[in-house]
Amino acid sequence: METFYEVMRRQGISRRSFVKYCSLTATSLGLGPAFVPQIVHAMETKPRTPVLWLHGLECTCCSESFIRSAHPLAKDVVLSMISLDYDDTLMAAAGHQAEAILDEVMTKYKGNYILAVEGNPPLNQEGMSCIIGGKPFVEQLRRVSRDAKAVISWGSCASWGCVQAAKPNPTQATPVHKVIFDKPIIKVPGCPPIAEVMTGVITYMLTFDRIPELDRQGRPKMFYSQRIHDKCYRRPHFDAGQFVEAFDDESARRGYCLYKVGCKGPTTYNACSTTQWNDGTSFPIKAGHGCIGCSEEGFWDKGSFYERLTDLHPFGIEANADRIGGTAAGVVGAAAVAHAAASAVKRAMQKRDEPATEA
Amino acid sequence: MSAYETQGFRLDDSGRRIVVDPVTRIEGHMRCEVNVDSNNVIRNAVSTGTMWRGLEVILRGRDPRDAWAFVERICGVCTGCHALASVRAVEDALGIRIPKNAYLIREIMAKTLQVHDHAVHFYHLHALDWVDVVSALKADPRRTSDLQQLVSPAHPLSSAGYFRDVQNRLRKFVDSGQLGPFMNGYWGSKAYVLPPEANLMAVTHYLEALDLQKDWVKVHTIFGGKNPHPNYLVGGVPCAINLDGDLAAGAPINMERLNFVEARIQEMITFNNNVYLPDVQAIGTLYKAAGWLHGGGLSATNVMDYGTYAKVQDRPETNQLPGGAIVDGNWDDIQPVDPRDPEQVQEFVAHSWYKYADETRGLHPWDGVTEPRYELGARAKGTSTRIEQIDEAAKYSWIKSPRWRGRAMEVGPLARYILGYAHASKGDAHCQRVKEQVDSSAAVINRMFPEALGLPQTQYTVRQLLPTTIGRTLARALESQYCAEMMLEDYREMVANIKAGDTATANVEKWDPATWPAEAKGVGTVAAPRGALGHWIRIKDGRIENYQCVVPTTWNGSPRDAKGQIGAFEASLMNTPMVDPEQPLEILRTLHSFDPCLACSTHVMSPDGRELTRVTVR
Repeated sequence: METFYEVMRRQGISRRSFVKYCSLTATSLGLGPAFVPQIVHAMETKPRTPVLWLHGLECTCCSESFIRSAHPLAKDVVLSMISLDYDDTLMAAAGHQAEAILDEVMTKYKGNYILAVEGNPPLNQEGMSCIIGGKPFVEQLRRVSRDAKAVISWGSCASWGCVQAAKPNPTQATPVHKVIFDKPIIKVPGCPPIAEVMTGVITYMLTFDRIPELDRQGRPKMFYSQRIHDKCYRRPHFDAGQFVEAFDDESARRGYCLYKVGCKGPTTYNACSTTQWNDGTSFPIKAGHGCIGCSEEGFWDKGSFYERLTDLHPFGIEANADRIGGTAAGVVGAAAVAHAAASAVKRAMQKRDEPATEA
Repeated sequence: MSAYETQGFRLDDSGRRIVVDPVTRIEGHMRCEVNVDSNNVIRNAVSTGTMWRGLEVILRGRDPRDAWAFVERICGVCTGCHALASVRAVEDALGIRIPKNAYLIREIMAKTLQVHDHAVHFYHLHALDWVDVVSALKADPRRTSDLQQLVSPAHPLSSAGYFRDVQNRLRKFVDSGQLGPFMNGYWGSKAYVLPPEANLMAVTHYLEALDLQKDWVKVHTIFGGKNPHPNYLVGGVPCAINLDGDLAAGAPINMERLNFVEARIQEMITFNNNVYLPDVQAIGTLYKAAGWLHGGGLSATNVMDYGTYAKVQDRPETNQLPGGAIVDGNWDDIQPVDPRDPEQVQEFVAHSWYKYADETRGLHPWDGVTEPRYELGARAKGTSTRIEQIDEAAKYSWIKSPRWRGRAMEVGPLARYILGYAHASKGDAHCQRVKEQVDSSAAVINRMFPEALGLPQTQYTVRQLLPTTIGRTLARALESQYCAEMMLEDYREMVANIKAGDTATANVEKWDPATWPAEAKGVGTVAAPRGALGHWIRIKDGRIENYQCVVPTTWNGSPRDAKGQIGAFEASLMNTPMVDPEQPLEILRTLHSFDPCLACSTHVMSPDGRELTRVTVR
């Protein structure tokens, strides 16, 4: 069995660089230097954990995001970290040869494989608006979950339902946790989730052989315990009352805050403003469009993406985001920051029908 | 059914039935059944879309300015093309003209998607139909290096040591016994004809492409903030330009961002020229030499596209991939296609899991009706939730059957390249590059590569080479190359435009719904990676009244219509011999050559206000 360390060594990477990689991994996972030896040990010795990646009703954006991971590279995850034994988007086999793999892995690695789910099962039309091997997807999902060690709900479809579950949800598309009740489920929401968040969650699980700490809604705290707004580079403009009033106005060109053109950053828990997208290249706000809140439950049914948030009450940004996000953001520091923000939001709210030049 | 003739094919379901479900390495979910005769030649083909999401039902009553985000989620593989079709449809309905920079940025984003989607399709979804991964272990790295330098002298990653490293990694991977995505593949099948060295070269590029594709999409990240699913905007693009004014460093587009984009464009050009196109030409040459010129199907006769990549904004006569319809294989007669004409594009449901009042008739998308009705035919085997065999005489797919003037059409890069070639042959100055690319590839495949590889030279004409599975795969590579080249021109034109003093990126005159008419309707078309894409919208009192998409895989993957005409997937499989029907490699190879996208193809809406909450299964 080839370990990750052996792979790196064979590619001409020195032990020194390997250890450096491990400490970078620790940093990107938000871990202290004390964890580096643990990561080194795991990378040197662990065999690859089988992953069965099922697809329900979805658009494949999660898979597409996953293959864009820069650190680690998707190539190294698939060849050296996990054993991606079933993923109908990438696998060579089809038809009954593909389906046979599920049985084989479920038997051979009983209780030791990870089930990753992209998309969700529809329950209307007898479940037959998503058919795999002639049968409803929900059957395959239930069957494969039975002997899984843990379940990862990739993206907003598996985590919340996402676009096909938006009103009136014609297929009764249902998130994974409402179909599977007896397994630990890690929700990694977003439409899609950030690539490095996906591989970060997986490498954390493999490295430490445990599930990352989750918030009350089942999301890993390591990536979902901060709002976009909390760490947004445009936050100083929000605090200063400097807002974009219309797309392509002078304020848009200066990179002012997008709150008034609908940005959902204040109520969205995700790592976009820190980890950023596509190898840290940018994120929606930096590219001039407000956050649409794609990692939040039911974000499709919360009004237009261009309406400013109107359910923020005085001092309510904190309480409200908590209600929506369900995460206890009771850390003193965070609360202080949010408090400062709330006054600016309050100002903005009070004058929302006037041209916003207030500061 | 037994047997009948349609579109020049004789369908006969008397032979042994083969079922492939799921068809893997596609977007979404699909099933395919074929009948083979006693010589294992396919004599009947049945393609079933096995998912339905009802997205347009969900759009009804929403803000048209939000629609792009919903429909973008139709597909995360061809990400952005539905968003583009949507903003175009809304702008068409409301009479909004977007600024030139916005037009060019959208063009660059659309072409970036073509390059990314085509390359990822070829290497990560399609290659394993041509390339035997396990055979690559037997390759001589030195001879692989020779082969690489022969097919692509400019590619720097070509040393024997480089290929040996990849081979070692692959060997350890295979020896581990954990084959991951390569588990249960059809390795060793006689349907694979490449020598081990070509297999090793292709596997190496599978990994190279996987590493590089993540960088190309950063063009979307710069302009749209993320990928997959970058942000769009009705009226233009959300990324404002500020090159040298106050706070330019924090602006969406500044000099650093522009330089970043240009660097990615250059990388795409290099990869297409050095790796992607030579690989496809080499594989095409070797499979052609083995006599494998199957899979043409409808492309030999009926192809269509709406036309795209206008050199001059809003002037379709300058399209660099011009549209139209060719029927009955008459390349000299290109008929105009008008998505607004109620007599041209129509959808039928006689064999789809939907219900019309009169199922012998088709409906134009602006007047479309969709009422799901899942039911299996009397001859189906199994039960409604345990299908063993489909009955294609009845309803059998979640995909509708779009037709152009009543005919089944093939859409996609091959359709666009046949049209482009035909237009160029008639003298259209804006698409001469298409003809040049096709003619030069034909020369490479007929003469140059065979000569270099010690194979017999051939004299196939373009009309023989293009309408095949190989031709479909080649057209995609050529389109990728062409798009990367056009993108660089778009980029330079944008820089020149900015230099001339125009930095506008959005037209917000009609942003406020109060400025809209009470009722409006519009169409947006896009050359999506998989073919002709159209979105039709009706707006009433500032809200979406009706939204309909007719997408490429709906055209290609359509089931039979009321007249029994088969769709492009089904036609392409006809008369293909299989080495071993137990191993459906030939079926996968040809289906994958269309790059099926099932999430795209299977969502429709009811314009009559009916809530589609539950469907009773008979």
